[in-house]
This record gives sequence, structure tokens and C-alpha cells, in this order.
Amino acid sequence: MRADLQLIYDWVPSNAHVLDLGCGDGTLLAALARHKNVTGYGLEIDPDGIAACLGKGVSVLEQNLDDGLGNFVDDACDLVIMTQALQVLRRPDTMLDQMLRVAPECIIAFPNFAYWKHRLHLTFRGRMPVSRSLPHAWYDTPNIHLSTFQDFASLCRDKGVTIVDEAVGSADHEGHWTSRLWPNLFGETAIFRVRRGR
Amino acid sequence: MSASFPADSVGLVTPQIAAFESPLALACGKTLERFELVYETYGTLNADRSNAVLICHALSGHHHAAGYHTVDERKPGWWDAYIGPGKVIDTDRFFVVSLNNLGGCHGSTGPASINPQTGHQWGPTFPVMTVADWVHSQARLADQLGIERFAAVVGGSLGGMQALQWTIAYPERVANAAVIAATPRLSAQNIAFNEVARQAIRSDPDFHDGWYADHDAIPKLGLKLARMIGHITYLSEHSMGSRFGRDLRSDQLNFGYDVEFQVESYLRHQGDTFSTRFDANTYLLMTKALDYFDPAGQHDGDLAAALAPATCPFLVVSFTTDWRFAPARSRELVNALLRAGKAVSYVNVDSPHGHDAFLLPNDQYEAVFGSYMRRVHADITGETA
Repeated sequence: MRADLQLIYDWVPSNAHVLDLGCGDGTLLAALARHKNVTGYGLEIDPDGIAACLGKGVSVLEQNLDDGLGNFVDDACDLVIMTQALQVLRRPDTMLDQMLRVAPECIIAFPNFAYWKHRLHLTFRGRMPVSRSLPHAWYDTPNIHLSTFQDFASLCRDKGVTIVDEAVGSADHEGHWTSRLWPNLFGETAIFRVRRGR
Repeated sequence: MSASFPADSVGLVTPQIAAFESPLALACGKTLERFELVYETYGTLNADRSNAVLICHALSGHHHAAGYHTVDERKPGWWDAYIGPGKVIDTDRFFVVSLNNLGGCHGSTGPASINPQTGHQWGPTFPVMTVADWVHSQARLADQLGIERFAAVVGGSLGGMQALQWTIAYPERVANAAVIAATPRLSAQNIAFNEVARQAIRSDPDFHDGWYADHDAIPKLGLKLARMIGHITYLSEHSMGSRFGRDLRSDQLNFGYDVEFQVESYLRHQGDTFSTRFDANTYLLMTKALDYFDPAGQHDGDLAAALAPATCPFLVVSFTTDWRFAPARSRELVNALLRAGKAVSYVNVDSPHGHDAFLLPNDQYEAVFGSYMRRVHADITGETA
């Protein structure tokens, strides 16, 4: 399992009812169902991802995140998970509101644009960063709302959302002391666990 | 199996008849004292009888879903693209049961059968069927075949409604349900189209209030019109356009009312063929079953409440250009299942073919439906899909 998914897997409590936004091939939900008795749904728009989920017995709904979560009632589940999708949304801020309407808690993982390699790329080459976590060129990237570890923390403060836990990962997913000390600089992937209210 | 059939065909199949001697109480208040169902099976029932899949048919469908009745049969069963060895509903793995519903005109007890009480054809006096009635009769068939629980109940369009009804009426007998190109209830527009079709049949002078058999007549014109209207709703504007466009049969306009455009020719042909092979009373009855289907109706319109008894995982599939039972109708069902806390997967398959897409080959449809069915089978065997 991808290291960000492994970390999220560890954070999800047993028997939780979860919603995984942009669930991909359903790896996380399938592992959670098998080993932690977790139930729930994945939302995905990629046909191959959907077929893979169905093969794993993961309940998956073809639903575009930009259409919102209006079909889920308040507190429909315990936890909403969203990995590598925040940056492709039209309005990441309103999505955060919706996620915390549907569940009291959510886990969000996204590429940290302030990662030192991205900074070097922009500073010295004068071009938009292209990296393992941001593999696209500026003109064909689906990532329309890139942000940094600190940007997201600041959005949570502005919205009165409590950050319960935060972590960073690298694409090869080896933790390092530098990323714990300066996550905004040394974290390639930012992972937040946030709670409704202060 | 004859070598002349494709390798992924179930080959030659022989319909069977199951007779039921105990009465079946119907939603309309009447009772069928005895009845028969014609059905086909493909594949082999396993030792613990856990690999049965029930196929429910749509408005003009029947029991012949796959394979061939004779070596000379021109076209295989209506869902042959999806049922067979190695296909989505894999007959190497599943024991597939496909029947003709009560009230049908392909061998099951229906308007053309003899009413034992009168010794005369039922004709228009055959009881109006509901989807719930059909499901009860299908459960009787399952009893007779020794199938306690279906690995999956599967259906498209009106067949999807039966699959849905199964999960409500017999939740303990359905391990999985695939509800394809269906709707939890007809819209006013859907009912309106059905009513035009019924009026076309009923106003045909050869209809004789449904007693056309007594007059050695067939309301062909009415049936033809009904089918032409229905057929328009099965196709998308795009599929009709790309197939026929404004193409003319000859290369000039004739300034008359004979067939000029290819689409007219096609619709008339569809109508003509249908009018010779389908029974008018059955058509009326089937459209009524469609109109009446509304599980939420008994729960003040609350579909989630109606679905409360269901226990199985659902697969709901819609098609992007289906305007008869549009994707929004499938999403209504999905959202009700979510509110009811049921396990549900939903796919909106990209297809230009409108409502008919559920019958046609499509890579995306086959991939998702195939994945689902492989998992259904893996659950039986305890393997990982």
C-alpha cells in the first residue's frame, strides 16, 4: 500500500463507517474492510478504478467530487477520507465544509507545494515544478488548486476547524527527522486529520 | 453443442415448463389457481446450490436470454452478449435461470392461455400483473428448482425493477442485486408514453376489447404503433441520428406520405415484426406493471423506508444517453439506498445508445459488470476475486 494510505489506514479506527473521496482502485477501503471491519463507500470517476473497486467488493459510486456531497445526509458516516484529490477540486474550501458536515472528522492528504524540491525547481529553473508527486506539466495538470502544508493549516484556522493530527510523507515514504521539524519544507505529501469545531 | 455456434455461446438450449398447482394471490385481489412458467437454464447448479443467477426480463423480453433454440436460429437470446462461457454472467461459474413472466406471450400462463374456470381463453380478463406478483411467482420457480438463495438477481429496465423488488420481498433469498437501466418508479412522461401505446392498441378495430382471438383477428396496426412509439424511447437522439440521419430511401423527395426517410422505414419494420410476434393483451399488461411499480408508494413516497428490508450489496448501472430511464432516476435509487445505509455501487456507463445500451456490447459496462459478477462468484467459493 502507498505510504500515505498506510498512515491513513493506521489512523482509521476499527468498525468505523467511512467515505473515501477519490478512492482509486479501492485498496485502502478493501484493506480497512478486511482487517478493521470498516464499512463505507468510495467515490470515484475513473472507470478502471471503479471496476477494480467492484472486483474487491468495495462499494463504489461514480460521482464527481465537484458535484458535492449533497446525496449524503449530515453525519452520514464517522470519517471522510480524501487522498490526492483536494488539489483537483474547483472549491477545496467548500469541500472541507461538506466533508465536516457528512462526518465529524476527516483525513486529507495532498501534495505539499512548498516541498523543498518544488521550491528549488521554481527558484533555480524558473519553471513550474514537476516531480514525483506533481508529475504533470503546467498546461495539462489536473491540479488547479495546489497548496502548501501551511496553507491548509491556515485554512483550518480560518474555518474554526481543529487539527487533530498532522503528518508529512515523501513519495518513497521514508520518514525523516527533518520533515518532522520543518514539515512545510521537507514534507512531500501533507496529511491532516481534522475535526469539526474548535 | 454444435460446432456451428460461437465458442462463447451456451449453444443449443431447450426451454422447460414448470407447473404450479397451488394458488398465487395477486396484488389486484384476484388469485391464479394454477399457472405455468416457461424458463431456460444455462450452466450447472453447484452441489450446495449457491451459484444460481436469476435473469429478469424487460417489457418485450422472455425466457430466451442466451444461446439458440435451433441450429438454424438466426439470432441468439436477447442477452447473449452478456450470458455465456467466459462472458460477464459466466455460465462456466453460474447456473443461470431465465423465465418468461406471468402474463407473457412466450409460453408462461398469460392472456392467451385457457382460463380453467371458463374453459375459454383469458384474453383481456387475465389479471393485471405487478412486479411484486412476478417476484412471488419467480420465488415459486426457485423453490421448484431447489434454489434457496440466488447468488445474484439481475435485470435491465423492467427487469431491474424485479431485481429491486426481490431485495424488498425476499431479502434472505438474494445475495446480490444488479439493477440496470431501471428506475424506482415511472415518471409522468414514462406513463404518458405507455398510455399512447395502450391507446394505439385499444383503438385498433381489430382489438375487439381484447377478444381479438375470438374474431380470428390481431390488432396489428395498434401493436405496430405501440412498438414504434416505444422504440423511439429506447434509442437516443444521437444513435438515431448517426444510424439514419436524414437519409432518404430514394435519392429524391416524393412529396407524399409513403416511406421516404430511412428512419421511417426502420420504425415501420420494427413495428411490423413486433406486431406479428407479440400479444396485444400482454403488451397492455406489461406496460401497466411498469406504471404501477412504485415501492416507495406504500411508504409515503419514502424510497429509503421501502428499501429498509434489503440486505444485499447492490450494483446500479445507468447509461449516459438513456432518456427513458435517465441516469438521474438511477441516482434517485442510489441515494435512497445510501440513506437506508445499504451497500451500493453505482456506475453511469458512457454509451451513445440510449436505453437499449443495457443490451449492447460496451467495454466499460462489461468491465464494471464483469468485475462485480466475478466478486459475486468469489464470495461463493471463498476465493479472492
